[in-house]
Amino acid sequence: MSLLWAFIVGGLLCVIGQLFIDLTKYTVTPGHILVGYITIGAFLSALGLYQPLVDFAGAGATIPLSGFGHNLAQGTLEAVQTKGVLGIFSGGVEAAAAGITAAIVFGYLAAILFNPK
Amino acid sequence: MTPDSNEERKKIEEQEYQQLVEQVRPRPNILLNCIWAFIIGGLICTLGQLILDYFRAQGMSMEDAGAMTAVSMIFLGALLTGLGWYDELGKKAGAGSIIPITGFANAIVASAMEYKREGYIFGVGARIFSIAGPTLLFGFVAAVIIGLVKYLTMLW
Amino acid sequence: MLSGKKRGLQSIEFLQAPIISSSASVAGPLESKSSWAEDFDWIMEDYLLGESSWERTETKVLQQVIQIALDKQQLSFEDIEVFLAGDLLDQIISSNYTARELKTPFLGLYGACSTMAEAILIGAMLVEGGFFTRLVAAAGSHHYTAERQFRFPTEQGVQPAPYSQWTATAAGALVLEAQGNGPRVSSITIGRIVDMNQKDANNLGAAMAPAAADTIHRHFLDLNRDSDYYDLVVTGDLGLVGQDLLEELFVQQGVVPKPNISDCGVLLYDGIPEVNAGGSGCGCSACMLCGPLLKKMYRGDLQRLLFVATGALMSPTSTNQGESIPGIAHAVAIEI
Repeated sequence: MSLLWAFIVGGLLCVIGQLFIDLTKYTVTPGHILVGYITIGAFLSALGLYQPLVDFAGAGATIPLSGFGHNLAQGTLEAVQTKGVLGIFSGGVEAAAAGITAAIVFGYLAAILFNPK
Repeated sequence: MTPDSNEERKKIEEQEYQQLVEQVRPRPNILLNCIWAFIIGGLICTLGQLILDYFRAQGMSMEDAGAMTAVSMIFLGALLTGLGWYDELGKKAGAGSIIPITGFANAIVASAMEYKREGYIFGVGARIFSIAGPTLLFGFVAAVIIGLVKYLTMLW
Repeated sequence: MLSGKKRGLQSIEFLQAPIISSSASVAGPLESKSSWAEDFDWIMEDYLLGESSWERTETKVLQQVIQIALDKQQLSFEDIEVFLAGDLLDQIISSNYTARELKTPFLGLYGACSTMAEAILIGAMLVEGGFFTRLVAAAGSHHYTAERQFRFPTEQGVQPAPYSQWTATAAGALVLEAQGNGPRVSSITIGRIVDMNQKDANNLGAAMAPAAADTIHRHFLDLNRDSDYYDLVVTGDLGLVGQDLLEELFVQQGVVPKPNISDCGVLLYDGIPEVNAGGSGCGCSACMLCGPLLKKMYRGDLQRLLFVATGALMSPTSTNQGESIPGIAHAVAIEI
């Protein structure tokens, strides 16, 4: 069942992005979409609106980049509570550290190993 | 004729031309695009869920399993980009292959790979952030704003 | 003092029309699927041709196409007095490196997709003016060098807009001579920039169509020719969208009778479904002219051709800064 909901919610989140591209005459590029999703995901999460979606759809909500924003936001909120001002700056990156490092290191490795075709 | 009226006439001409362009411009097949985005995006998330379930079954906490899932999906996105498959997927799937975290990995690897011929430091090293940079920047800024607001409300 | 050759505002009619004594074209792997495949002199088996970068391949192709054009007349690089060429890359590096190999005097040109017409019309003036007797005009483009410079890294998964044009992997070259056999460059019209405030870099046809209409209309007025004087008016490269717009603009401007028009970007990708709205890039019109179209003229299937190459003269910087796209079109009349 969790697989089905992951499929449906993940798919729907992608459809919203597709509508942005198609309805804006392709002025919205992948870069815009990624920035938009991470930012909106973070703010929705801070307002408490994203967690229910994660509880419901699991990877369907965390794999889209809005889930990355959700991670940043929740990490920051928790860290502020435990560390105060320091948490404002450290919480987000701490929560997303694995993803960021993986993206950059795997990106680097892939660039070394492969050539564009 | 005054320059003003010349300029106005040009503007009207431009607007009329814009209308003509809008008439002629082919429209994307939004329904078909959305169906593809839904299916591919959905399938990528389903794969994520399978990986998440696997790490959970290994006894990991929800946070750790989530992070490992993200790392695994990024690895897959990077690999498929390196093999030259992800861009083919993207032509069909559109947003369906951009929005999942594999798309983030794809954008990072594609720009890093493209500029390898300009060297490892300023080619790969600098260009790897041409997509990752803006995404992380706005993510961090959002996080700090959220943290700041939270901190202020705690002081209240 | 007015020269005896200038006609109207922007046109020149040659008294001793320069001859296109030889021409050659090269097409990429995708372009070779078109129905013109037999008319290309050489088809690239892949996009890299054993080179270490796409930029080097683009240079190699440009050199090859010139070599083929010269070989047809048993000429060598030393027989060329001037070399005129351009491409799409920053600072036209492909042409610069090609000229380095040729070792002939070189004028580098940038006119985006209009480069081939720009090269021919300058070359024709140099020859007819009596300054030189034999020169080469060439232009080329490569899909992946252009993608990376103007759009996205090649491996990034991006859905192209349904009206976007495909930058051709192709090149064309021709030899212009004061004497010899072959079609003549009988007149030219130098285009002016027409900018209708189009800002969508995915829709270059729309940015260039007004310039094409302006130049074609001006050509007929300047030379006092009927608009059905030519067997074919071929633009390059408006694509499907731009071609539709050009027809509309002819109606608006009262260009009657309607000239028989076609477009290099549409012709080159006829029947290739991967390409949405036709081709673009310097190589597209250069390859169509120097291959299929001139071959038709050598065979006598085409008597009077007006070649109107169009260019969208934006840069990645101007696009990012939201500036509109300046369009240009140059016309070259070629007759048997």
